[in-house]
Amino acid sequence: MIGPDGQLSPGNVGRLSRAPWWLLAVALGATIFAWRAATSEVYAVILKMILSGLGVTLAVTLIAFPLAIAVGLLTALWLVSPHPVRRNAATLYVQVVRGVPILVQIFIVAFVLVPLGVEAVRWIGGGTAFVANLRASDVPMGVRVVAALVCAYGAFEAETVRGGLTSLARGQAEAARALGLSQRQALRHVLLPQTFRRILPTLGNDLISLLKDSSLVSVLGVRDITQEARLYASATFRYTESLTLLALLYLALTLLLALGVKALEHRYRRHAA
Amino acid sequence: MQPDAKSPEETGGAVLEARGIVKRFGPVTAVDGISLEVHAGRVMAILGPSGSGKSTLLRCLNFLEIPDAGEVRFEGRPVRARDRDLDALRSRVGMVFQQFNLFPHLRVWENVALAPRVIRGLSRASARSLADGLLERVGLADKADAHPSELSGGQQQRAAIARALAMEPAALLFDEPTSALDPELTGEVLAVMRSLASEGRTMVVVTHEVGFARAVAHEVVFMDAGQVVERGPPSQVIDAPASERALRFFGR
Repeated sequence: MIGPDGQLSPGNVGRLSRAPWWLLAVALGATIFAWRAATSEVYAVILKMILSGLGVTLAVTLIAFPLAIAVGLLTALWLVSPHPVRRNAATLYVQVVRGVPILVQIFIVAFVLVPLGVEAVRWIGGGTAFVANLRASDVPMGVRVVAALVCAYGAFEAETVRGGLTSLARGQAEAARALGLSQRQALRHVLLPQTFRRILPTLGNDLISLLKDSSLVSVLGVRDITQEARLYASATFRYTESLTLLALLYLALTLLLALGVKALEHRYRRHAA
Repeated sequence: MQPDAKSPEETGGAVLEARGIVKRFGPVTAVDGISLEVHAGRVMAILGPSGSGKSTLLRCLNFLEIPDAGEVRFEGRPVRARDRDLDALRSRVGMVFQQFNLFPHLRVWENVALAPRVIRGLSRASARSLADGLLERVGLADKADAHPSELSGGQQQRAAIARALAMEPAALLFDEPTSALDPELTGEVLAVMRSLASEGRTMVVVTHEVGFARAVAHEVVFMDAGQVVERGPPSQVIDAPASERALRFFGR
């Protein structure tokens, strides 16, 4: 049967069976691992290696996410636009991007779109020596990767924002317009603040997904924590230690993010309506 | 308050004027060629059965529904359905909704202060004092810092009235303002509307409150099936209707 909390549950459920045992298991595993790591020279070395990529992982995530939200916001406004050209252009982008694996998108952006873009810039020109001498190889892999992630996540965020916008009561937009606010002012002051509060949990999930998907940058040789772990493992054949540490590090980061999102949600929940 | 006997000429020209308004939704003609004039300082009540098109007519007056035909004139000038004209019209015509439609993410005073801040560029401090004055006016001075969700329905509707007053509108439109309220809360909202009317506010009120219309309105418009069946002073339309339809509606 389905309980009042929406879970499938066999009638009476004791408090003990509701406790977050999974968290205990995680904590236990982490403790054992931390102890091993603290007492073992090998783990200390591996951890140091992996952490040298932490800056790249965080930078890729924290730069790509706000840009993806910006792209998603603009795309969402086009998705709900009465203008048929805008609506179809936005829909095309969202549907194409959502139907192609992120890994493939990263390859395409890095090795097809960026070289094409550089060629286009050179063709349009500008006359300066800088533009004339620009080569695709001048665009760092890190930049290409961020561009690819922004492109992929922009499509997800567009759907998220559109869903939030259209879930608002029609009366909100009407009340704003009836006061004399322009379309833009109504969005800025009435509709988007409420949309943001509603989609906060989804945005949090997407941020966590993006952090995990940032590991894909390693396929282009960008030295994030995944790449550092792979390099170390293939040089020393210590796969078990390197990959376990790597996974735990991701887990720690995502749990931290999840806690942060929970705190934000709590702050905004009361008047989200 | 007794409706006065002044003629429109004595009370000033038409603030809002509708000429031959038609609004269709698919095969249904909600408003079928209605003309009316709302004069300064006067209260017009629009009565009629549900689905008679009275809310649609009201919403055509500030272009929340774009009429399919006809013309709306504001202060003597025709309003064109262009964004800039419409924003200007709407900022001068306040509207109160059946479902209140307060902005839940803003405090009560911020709801009232939003339009003056965004449209007129008022500073936070002067918008706050404007909002406090208007909230006092509707008896909600102590709720300025609350969120709408903490208010009763009647309080929310009074806050919405304060919000509609914030741009110093030339006319106020009320779309069944008490239909979502129980009788007790209805009373407090009607009391605020009554005092606005006694101040000489120009108001158009779509309502089912026949008693309110009889006591406050200068002119009553009775609608059915998208058309005006009867219009005139409440003593005539409500108490001595000529048409069989109005007789039946008012239960005479």
